[in-house]
Amino acid sequence: MSEKEYIYFPGCSLEASAIEYDMSVRKVLAALGVKLIEPDDWSCCGSTPAHSVDHVFAAAVAARNLAIVEKMGASTVITACPACLSAFKKAHLRMKKEEGFKKEVNAILDEPYNCGVTAKSVLQILVEDIGPKPVAEKVTLDFPDLKVAPYYGCIINRPPEIMEFDDPENPMAMDNLMTSVGVKVCDFAFKVECCGAAFGVAKRKMVNELSSKVLSMALDAGANCLVVTCQLCHQNLDLRQGQINNTMGSSFNIPVLFFTQVMGLTYGYSPQELGIDKHNIQAEGLLKTRRPVEERIKEEQEKAKAKKPKAKKAEEEES
Amino acid sequence: MEPINLTEKTDWQFIDQVKKESLQDPALCYQCGNCTAGCPYTKYFDYPVSQVMRLFQTGQKETILNSRSIWLCATCETCTTRCPCEIDIAHIMDVLRIIARRENYVSEKDVKTFYDSFLSSMKHHGRVFEVGILMGYNFKSGHLLADADLGPKILGKGKIHFLPTRIKGRDKVAEIFRKFQEMRKNRV
Repeated sequence: MSEKEYIYFPGCSLEASAIEYDMSVRKVLAALGVKLIEPDDWSCCGSTPAHSVDHVFAAAVAARNLAIVEKMGASTVITACPACLSAFKKAHLRMKKEEGFKKEVNAILDEPYNCGVTAKSVLQILVEDIGPKPVAEKVTLDFPDLKVAPYYGCIINRPPEIMEFDDPENPMAMDNLMTSVGVKVCDFAFKVECCGAAFGVAKRKMVNELSSKVLSMALDAGANCLVVTCQLCHQNLDLRQGQINNTMGSSFNIPVLFFTQVMGLTYGYSPQELGIDKHNIQAEGLLKTRRPVEERIKEEQEKAKAKKPKAKKAEEEES
Repeated sequence: MEPINLTEKTDWQFIDQVKKESLQDPALCYQCGNCTAGCPYTKYFDYPVSQVMRLFQTGQKETILNSRSIWLCATCETCTTRCPCEIDIAHIMDVLRIIARRENYVSEKDVKTFYDSFLSSMKHHGRVFEVGILMGYNFKSGHLLADADLGPKILGKGKIHFLPTRIKGRDKVAEIFRKFQEMRKNRV
C-alpha cells in the first residue's frame, strides 16, 4: 500500500527527449511507497518562450495546469522539471500577491485559478517529506568507484524568494541525497553555473562553451560522473557532448545521470529500467562496478578490525 | 560606449514604462557590478547587465531595445539572486525583451525564431512537440541542418516522437493565445 500520494506533472520533455528522467522518477518514488497521479489533460507550462511574450500570458499557460490540480482537490503538485517548477511558482506567487494581475490572468483562462496550489520539485519532496533514512533503507547495491559532481543548474533554487528551497549559492539537497544512498560526492564549485539553458538550438556555440566549463570543472574536482536535476542541463551536457568536443577541441567522455537514475541504480534497478541506455555518453564501465551493499559493509568491518591492533600497538609504543 | 547627452536623450516615458511593467525601481542600482560579475553571458553581451541597468536609469530606449544582451539573457537568475539592492534584474531583462518583441526590435532573430517555433507548437497541440519545434526553427531561420548531427544519437531510443501528443484541451490552450491577443489590443 502506498504511504504517500502526489499529483505529478511530467512536462513535455519528460514525455519525449527526457523520457528516462520520467522513468527513473517513477521507479524511485514507487520504491519509496509514493503513488503518483498525473493530472488529466495537462498542457505545456510555457517555459522560457512564454515569458518572452508577456507575463500575464506566461502566468496563464502555467496556471491552466494549476487550476486543473486545484480542481482535483489537491494543494501540492510535484514536477521533476525545473522550468515547469519555475513557471508554476512564478505564476502562483504573483497571482497570490497582486489582485490585479490575478484578475488579468484569470480573464484569459477557461477555468480560473484560485491560488491554492504549491509546486514542489521531486528533489524537494524527497528531502522534506520522505527524508534521508527511508531513502537510505532502500539501497541494496554499492558503487565503490562512482564519484559524482552534483550539478543543480540555474533555476531550481533561484531566485530564493520564489523557489523557496535549499541554498541559492551552495545547494546541498542533491549532495545529501547522493550521500544517503552511499555515493561519493566531490566538492564541485560549478554547482549553479549556467549550462547555456534553452539556447542550444539558436546559439549552439555559446551553449557548448558554457557547458564545457561545467564538464571541465567536474573533471578537475575528481568526478567521473555528473548528476543533474534538469533535463535541459542533461541535454546540453550529455547529448551535446560531441558538439562540445568539436567546438572546443576537447575530448570529454563523462557520463551525465539524473539523480533519480543514480538512486535507482543503488536500489537495484537495471540501467535499462532507468533508461540509462538512452543517454549519449554511456556509463557502462562505471555501472559494472556495482556490487551488493553487504560487500562494502563486510569490507569496512574488516578494515576496522585490521586497524584496531595497529592502534593498540601505537598506544603501547607511545607509553 | 559612446558618450550620451542626457539633457537631450533621456526618454522619461520609457523609464516609467519599464518601471510600471517590472515593478522595479532602477534608482536603487548603484552600479556595483555584482550582476555583471556573476552573469555567465557577459562575454556574449554587447552591453553587460550592469550597463543595461545604467541605460535603463538614463532612459536610453533605442540602445537597450537594439541590444543583443536582452535576447541572450537566459533568465538564469544569478543577477537577481546576488543584487545587494534586491532589484529583480532578471525580471527587468525579461520586461525589456517583452517590450522589444512588442515593438519589433529583434537584434537576435534566431533566438526569437526558436521561441516562436516553440509557442506555435504549444498553440497547436497543447503540449510542445520537440521534433516539430526544431523543424519549424530550421525552416524559418534558414539554418536547415541545425542540430541534424544529434539525430543519429537519439534515434531508436524511444525519445523522439514523429507525431505530436495532442491533448483534448488544445483548443483551450489556443484560446489563451487568442484571448491574450485581444487583451493586448485593448491595453493599447
